[in-house]
Amino acid sequence: METFLLDYLPILIFLGVAIAFSVVFVGAAWFLAEQHPDSEKVSAYESGFEAFTDSRGQFDVRFYLVAILFIIFDLEVAFLFPWAVSLGDLGMFGWWSMMIFLGVLTIGFVYEWKKGALEWE
Amino acid sequence: MSLTALAFYLFASITVFSGFMVIASKNPVHSVLFLILAFFNASGLFLLLGAEFLAMLLIIIYVGAVAVLFLFVVMMLDINYTEMREGFLQYLPIGALIGLIVLVELIMVVGVWQVAPEIIGTPAVAAAPDLTNTEALGAVLYTQYIYAFQAAGIVLLIAMIGAIVLTLRTREGVKRQNISQQNRRTPQTAIEIKKVKVGEGL
Repeated sequence: METFLLDYLPILIFLGVAIAFSVVFVGAAWFLAEQHPDSEKVSAYESGFEAFTDSRGQFDVRFYLVAILFIIFDLEVAFLFPWAVSLGDLGMFGWWSMMIFLGVLTIGFVYEWKKGALEWE
Repeated sequence: MSLTALAFYLFASITVFSGFMVIASKNPVHSVLFLILAFFNASGLFLLLGAEFLAMLLIIIYVGAVAVLFLFVVMMLDINYTEMREGFLQYLPIGALIGLIVLVELIMVVGVWQVAPEIIGTPAVAAAPDLTNTEALGAVLYTQYIYAFQAAGIVLLIAMIGAIVLTLRTREGVKRQNISQQNRRTPQTAIEIKKVKVGEGL
């Protein structure tokens, strides 16, 4: 086994423990617990309302805009990680390369700010 | 069997299974959740290949952002499940035909695929054992591959502007708070003083 994979062994063990525990809990509830299913048990009770409409209504498209702007800046940050790690060896060329990249995205940022895409009204 | 091989088969089988469930499950929200599971396991596969940085990026970007986008898209579509199932048999022949064509094309492409031997021999960066994954990427991405890097920036800019142009609508009749306008108000513009005569109203 390669040595760097040993660093991730705790995550694998954690994953195994998590899967084992969830199987035990769900399985115990499934097989051991006494079950008397009744339609009244899953209906609204006390001061709960019956649902007026389907819960899967259409979302506003503005949520999509917020999500896609988030992805773009998420990607921008992802490009910053290797740059920050190896900036010491890159020199001025690498520095200005990233500055141009950030400048291009700042143009987009100013555009979206001026357009009012960041406001929720 | 070593632990690495065991982890590989675990991740790979869950990836294939959840990839199948993405297209097989009837509820689109379940499809997206299976897609997230597939992303997680693909990131485990990247990790086993030694691409640690890509594995972490897959979790940050695909699970953290793209999956959220897919969820929004699924919820924006007004899907009626009973309506959706009605046309299934009607469209099955043409769908199967297209799938068959794609399968044949894939077989023809992959069947004659030959990796040029000189590509394997000359990696862009000589693999240095003391270099971490992220450092190896950073050493070439911003200098040797600067054109691809700047093109990525342009693509992101286009995506940003395109999303705004396509989806941003200004609504009429919405009252917005303009703080600088509020602060610029003076008593002269805000208050009107009237002399009211005794015994009369305004």
